[in-house]
Formats: sequence, structure tokens, C-alpha cells
Amino acid sequence: METLSSLKTTPLFNDHIALGAKMAPFAGWNMPIQYEGIIAEALHTRKQAACFDICHMGEFLIKGDLKRSGLDNLVTARLSDLAIGSCRYGSLLNDKAGVIDDLIVYRKKQDEWMIVINAGTIEKDKKQFLSNLSKDSDFKDISNTTGKIDIQGPLSREAIIPFAPAAQKINYYTFIETSVLGENCIVSRTGYTGELGFEIYASQETTKAVWKKLLQDKKVKPAGLGARDVLRLEMGYSLYGQDISEDTTPLESGLEKFIGLNKDFIGKNALLRQKKSADNTRGAGNRSRDRVFLTTTSRRSPRHNHKIYFKDKEIGVVTSGSFSPHLEKGIGMGFVQLPLTTGNKILVGDDKLKIEAIICDKPFVKNTSLKN
Amino acid sequence: MDIPQGSLFTKEHEWIKIDSDKGIIGITDYAQHALGDVTFVELPKIAARVKQFQGLATIESVKAASDIFSPLSGEVIEVNAKLENNPALVNQSCYSDGWIAKIKIKDASEKKNLMDTAGYKKYVEELDK
Repeated sequence: METLSSLKTTPLFNDHIALGAKMAPFAGWNMPIQYEGIIAEALHTRKQAACFDICHMGEFLIKGDLKRSGLDNLVTARLSDLAIGSCRYGSLLNDKAGVIDDLIVYRKKQDEWMIVINAGTIEKDKKQFLSNLSKDSDFKDISNTTGKIDIQGPLSREAIIPFAPAAQKINYYTFIETSVLGENCIVSRTGYTGELGFEIYASQETTKAVWKKLLQDKKVKPAGLGARDVLRLEMGYSLYGQDISEDTTPLESGLEKFIGLNKDFIGKNALLRQKKSADNTRGAGNRSRDRVFLTTTSRRSPRHNHKIYFKDKEIGVVTSGSFSPHLEKGIGMGFVQLPLTTGNKILVGDDKLKIEAIICDKPFVKNTSLKN
Repeated sequence: MDIPQGSLFTKEHEWIKIDSDKGIIGITDYAQHALGDVTFVELPKIAARVKQFQGLATIESVKAASDIFSPLSGEVIEVNAKLENNPALVNQSCYSDGWIAKIKIKDASEKKNLMDTAGYKKYVEELDK
């Protein structure tokens, strides 16, 4: 168990304490889990706008030609056609196609890239990059000096325009380098909530100033990692370490569309082998695993590691589960060994408890402000 | 942390308010705060027999499910049906409208295993250190 004193803190730690946040360890950091309450914060994010302290996440800077640097070979996402000022979601795989991490690649210049990674995986990601990048590359881990605030919700654009006017014109999954309170920062139209939103990468000092500025706006409330987890699950987004890991491949996790199969990358051969065997056995009932999404028929929630039962037989496991404040029922995602289809009635639970649930499509919450 | 006078408390943060041979049971302010937003309460069945410190109900919050233990042995004679549609009452009013169940107490001598207000206050202060 991590002791509180060994945990890292973000530049906004004192602000969280002053706001009365409930703090808890997450990936080695002492992070705000909630302020007012998870439900209120999640509802406010979808209705107005919320800001999240995401300083714990990691950022790498890579300079070098896409192919010669070795970067293209490290990441599953197709990058050759990624425009300068755009970003793309992908994964870092091991030789067996297990997911070392999921990430977003930002193309800053023709030969300059920023990689945004999870907090708990910074060290192993760094190892993977350093052992596979060529001499024709320049690698820098800027995680410790880079702050990150997410501002998410239908009113998030109005909330950041007063101090980052250039945000007015950026499209989904693009970014700009622009002056934010006097500092040149990256502002991207990205997020993890399914709402219109922005992520601001800045120095620690500017991060503090941005946070203060946002909270002066009556539309904006602070939201913690608890609400962030609920919001991402309501969209059916995977969480690294829970829904995806080195024991899962992007194929079985339903992330095939984020893979550039026309290029080479580490793990591709293993992925192709799995794709071939999966295609051959699809429908025969013995495909290794399929990603499923489910809702309960009550206010009871599926939980991480709950089993999934179909016709009295245990056929899978829940990887993420929660109560959805928007649907007012339980939602979850998991893996099953039988191909189930939307509408199939299942049970989730354990030896003591069985909760009725239905296989459904993602996202759980539809018609959000994401592309507004 | 709000702790009312006149009730008895468990180390698992349940309270019981005793009126002759009956007792009303709920969870404390400390417990509701730790759980966060309550989203579902599985109430016991009327006439169910419960034992001291054994399962009485289950409370689900956004992030977890937790067992609620009975402070004393007895028989369930009433449950708070309002919680079925409004489980957030446990957060809003844990010592009154958010009560969980009423029992007929079987063995009053078990009270010696519970803390009074002063004892529970001290116990919670130790936990928060």
C-alpha cells in the first residue's frame, strides 16, 4: 500500500484541498477523486462544463523523421498521413500484441511529435521507446514539467475562449500552439468524456493560473477522477490497466479501427495471426474473446471482476462497471467467450449476487456535444 | 463529522437508536461520506432474522458495493421503502430520513459490544489521524 507521503502531487494539490476534495492514490499520485460528488460532477460536465486536473499523465517529445526515427514502428496508429496540428489515438504493443499502453500522438511539425500517455505506464513506455527509437531521433520525457487540464462539456468552448481565443476554431482531434495567459501552450480538441472539450498542456505555473481562471467562470465546476471514470465508461471508452492491458490485444478489445494494418509496427504479426484465427472461428462460438457492453435493468451496478453468465453458464468477465448518472442504471463493459448480440439477456455478479443485464451497443449515452 | 446523542455505534459505522425493545438502524455520517453518492440500497426482508455484526443490507455507491451489518441481533419489523426510489436519502439524511431498517431486539445485553456517542467520536478521530 502506498503511503500518502510517498505519493506525487500535482501543481494543483493545494487548490484541491482548499476545494474540499476527497483525495486518493491513483497510479502513484495523490489525486482528487471527487469534490461535490461524482454524480453531480458527471451531470454538470454533460450539461455545462467541468475542469479536471490531469497533470499526472505523461508526455514525451520526439524529434525525427517518422520512419527513420523508428516512431512509426512503435505505434499502431497510421501516422504517415497525420496532418501537422492533428492528433490520433493508438497503442503501443509488445511482440505478442499485448497493449503496453494506449496513447495519443500529436504531430507538431513535419518531424516533431508529442506522445500523451497514461500516468502509471510512463516508465515502461519510456523503456519501450528508448529501446526501439533509432539514432536518428531525439527523445525527451517532459512529463514532470508539463501540466495538463481538461475542460469538458457543451459550454467548454465558451469557457476557454476568454483566455485562449484561438480555441474557437479548432476541430475535433486537432490542436494549436497558442498563447494561453501569456505562455505558448498546446490546446487540443480532445478528451475522455464524450463531450465537446479541450486539453491544455502548459507549464506548472500556467496550469495553476488556468485552473484559477476556469473556476472564476460560473459555468465551470471542478470534477475529479471519479466523474471522469463514469463519463468515459458512459461512452464505452477503455481504461488502460482495467479494460486493456498487456494481456489483451486491440483486436479483442474492439479497437481495430485505430490500427494501421497497411504499415509495419511491433506486434503486427501476432495481431494478424489472431485476426486470422478469429475470422475463421467467428460465429463458431470459440473465438478467444469479444468485447461486450451491457446495462443492468435496475439501479444495481456491474463491478470490475464480476462474472458474466449466459443461460446459466459463466462465459466472461466485467472489466469496468459503474452506476450511470445519466441513465440511472448500471453500465459496464467486459469480455465474453461466446459471441453475444445486442439484446441478449445475461446476468452479472458473483457466487452470492446475480444482477439482470442486457447486451447493448456503445456509447451508453448518445447525442452528446462531442462534435458540436 | 456529525454524531448524534442517544444512539449506539459499531466499528463498521452503523448506528442504532433504541426505543424499549425496538431499534432503528442506519449508517453514520462518516460512512455515507466515505461511500459517496449512494445509488442503490438492498433492503432486508420483513421478518428476516439478523445476528449482531452480520449482514443486514447492501449499499451500492457509484464506485462500490458495501455490506451493512446489524448492530444488534433481532428480527426485521420494518424497512425504509423510500430508499428504493430515493437511495440518496442515505447521503442527505443518514440519521433520520435515510434510516435503513427497524428491528425487534432479541438480546439487549449485546449493547455492551457497541460504542456510545463519546466512544464513537473518539474512535472516528483516531481513524482520521
